[in-house]
Amino acid sequence: MGYLLEVKNITKRFGGLVAVNNVSLGVNAGEVVGLLGDNGAGKSTLIKVISGVYRAEEGHIFFRDREVQINSPMDALAMGIETIYQDLALAENLNTPANIFLGREKMKRVLGVLNVLDHAYMQSESRQVLEKLDILIPSLRNRIRALSGGQRQAVAISRSIYWDAKFLIMDEPTAALGVAEQKKVIDTINLLKSHGLGIIVISHQMHDVFQVADRMIIMRRGEKAGELITKQTNPDEVVSLIVGAETVKN
Amino acid sequence: MKQQGTFTSFLGQRWAALFFVLELLFFSVLAGGFFSLNGIQIVLFYSTTLALLATAETLVIVTGGIDLSVGFVMGFASVVSAKLAVALSQRGASPETAVTLAIVLTLAIGLLPGLINGLLVARLKVPPFLATFSVQGITYGISLLFTQNGQASGVPNLANAIGNGYVLHFVAGRGFSLFTQPKVQFGTFSLDILPTMVVVTVIVIAVAAFLLKRTRFGQHTYAIGGNIDAAIRAGINTRRHLVAIYMISSFLATLSGIIYMLEYVTGKSDAGSSFMLDSVVAVVIGGASLFGGIGTVWRTLLGVLILSVLEMGLKMMGVQTFDKYIAVGIILIFAVLIDQFFPELVHKED
Repeated sequence: MGYLLEVKNITKRFGGLVAVNNVSLGVNAGEVVGLLGDNGAGKSTLIKVISGVYRAEEGHIFFRDREVQINSPMDALAMGIETIYQDLALAENLNTPANIFLGREKMKRVLGVLNVLDHAYMQSESRQVLEKLDILIPSLRNRIRALSGGQRQAVAISRSIYWDAKFLIMDEPTAALGVAEQKKVIDTINLLKSHGLGIIVISHQMHDVFQVADRMIIMRRGEKAGELITKQTNPDEVVSLIVGAETVKN
Repeated sequence: MKQQGTFTSFLGQRWAALFFVLELLFFSVLAGGFFSLNGIQIVLFYSTTLALLATAETLVIVTGGIDLSVGFVMGFASVVSAKLAVALSQRGASPETAVTLAIVLTLAIGLLPGLINGLLVARLKVPPFLATFSVQGITYGISLLFTQNGQASGVPNLANAIGNGYVLHFVAGRGFSLFTQPKVQFGTFSLDILPTMVVVTVIVIAVAAFLLKRTRFGQHTYAIGGNIDAAIRAGINTRRHLVAIYMISSFLATLSGIIYMLEYVTGKSDAGSSFMLDSVVAVVIGGASLFGGIGTVWRTLLGVLILSVLEMGLKMMGVQTFDKYIAVGIILIFAVLIDQFFPELVHKED
């Protein structure tokens, strides 16, 4: 029984710049790994390699004990690796069910010949997945535009879960949220963890990462600077790894 | 918040309908002959061409674009169909064959401006405003090249029979009849009720409304207008979709031009020149957002009726046309301001 998702010796270059240099990491099912690092440390690039946006020059990706090729975002989605970007990729003019089913709409046949959108089905399925995640949306018919930041985040997460995500990558999930909503997102992440998903959380909010992550991986200048068990470390140690003070001390 | 919002929200969503009712009352009282079967027929008849253009514009505006070519594609289509009908009948085709063939060929040719618009916008990333503005110029130029002084006449009289025919008649003592005009003795009371072109227009618009509201294609159209990146990440082929939208727009504009040719039995290169603005105004009055993602065909149709009633009502009152332009301008500003200041009230639910 290995990791749910494991990447080995990933290197990604942009021209002469080495954005990610020989990085390996693994995430177990039912585990949350925090990915930390300063701007430009290579976190986003690494994530985009996993989600199929970039192709790495070197390295291997293993998912569910098999080596996989992820050449496009669609490949990642088909395997059940979903990425929730900071901008959430929601159509704000549409309502919650329309967003959950975007691109994969459920149709029904009327009058024997016409295929029309099955709103009733999409609404009841949406309600079920939201209930499963213990998420409250005032009215499913409201456009996303009328929802709060936390509710939008919840819709984006629900969409991944509905389409059977096995692995979730979350880019700054608590940025730009109020305190109460940050807590709600953390509760949701813990719930998903208990459902056996593997999760990578990228965040600048040290406090949130300490609350939610089992392990932390710190990147600096494209390299893996350290890997820590959350319970055995403290914010000072993490910060020193992020800025590179530890190496000076040694 | 909820209590305070109810009335303003009601007004925000229904001001166009209220305005329409007031407009009807106003002209019924002040414009002689407005409130009559004939008056209603005149308004509906005038609405047909604009309604098709505004429907086309709705589809494009929902994607977040704009199609400035619809007016001159319409004129282009009226000229092409008229010229084809004349040429075919001169080569010995029967009026039926000539007119039918001219319509079919024009519908096919009319897809071209839309294809160019779509490729420019979706593939070459030209802003819709510029792409469609260029195509507008090209179609206008070509239709002028084909004609002297922009007019194409001599169309077989069959066009008149179709364009100004009725599908529903009423004869005293014999009741209603469909399609064929009953022969009546002089002095018998008879009425022509439903103009054929109005019925054709309503059917086409109903299909477009269905497409936008009930189908996957429509849903993707809204998604593209709302957040094209989200649409792309959801696996929607946005380029192909946009090309299809501009082609449908062009198709509807072409149909509008053909209907113009049938109604007026002539082609005119600038037949739709004033409709370029009116079609956009109708969409905006209908509550669509020029930023994309919001708008429906039926509400656009309300915008069309408001403009048509205004045009015909003022005409029946004997008021100069420039007053109409002033009125349209004021309504447009009003519509945009409501959209600007109360977007949440107007667009809370879909």
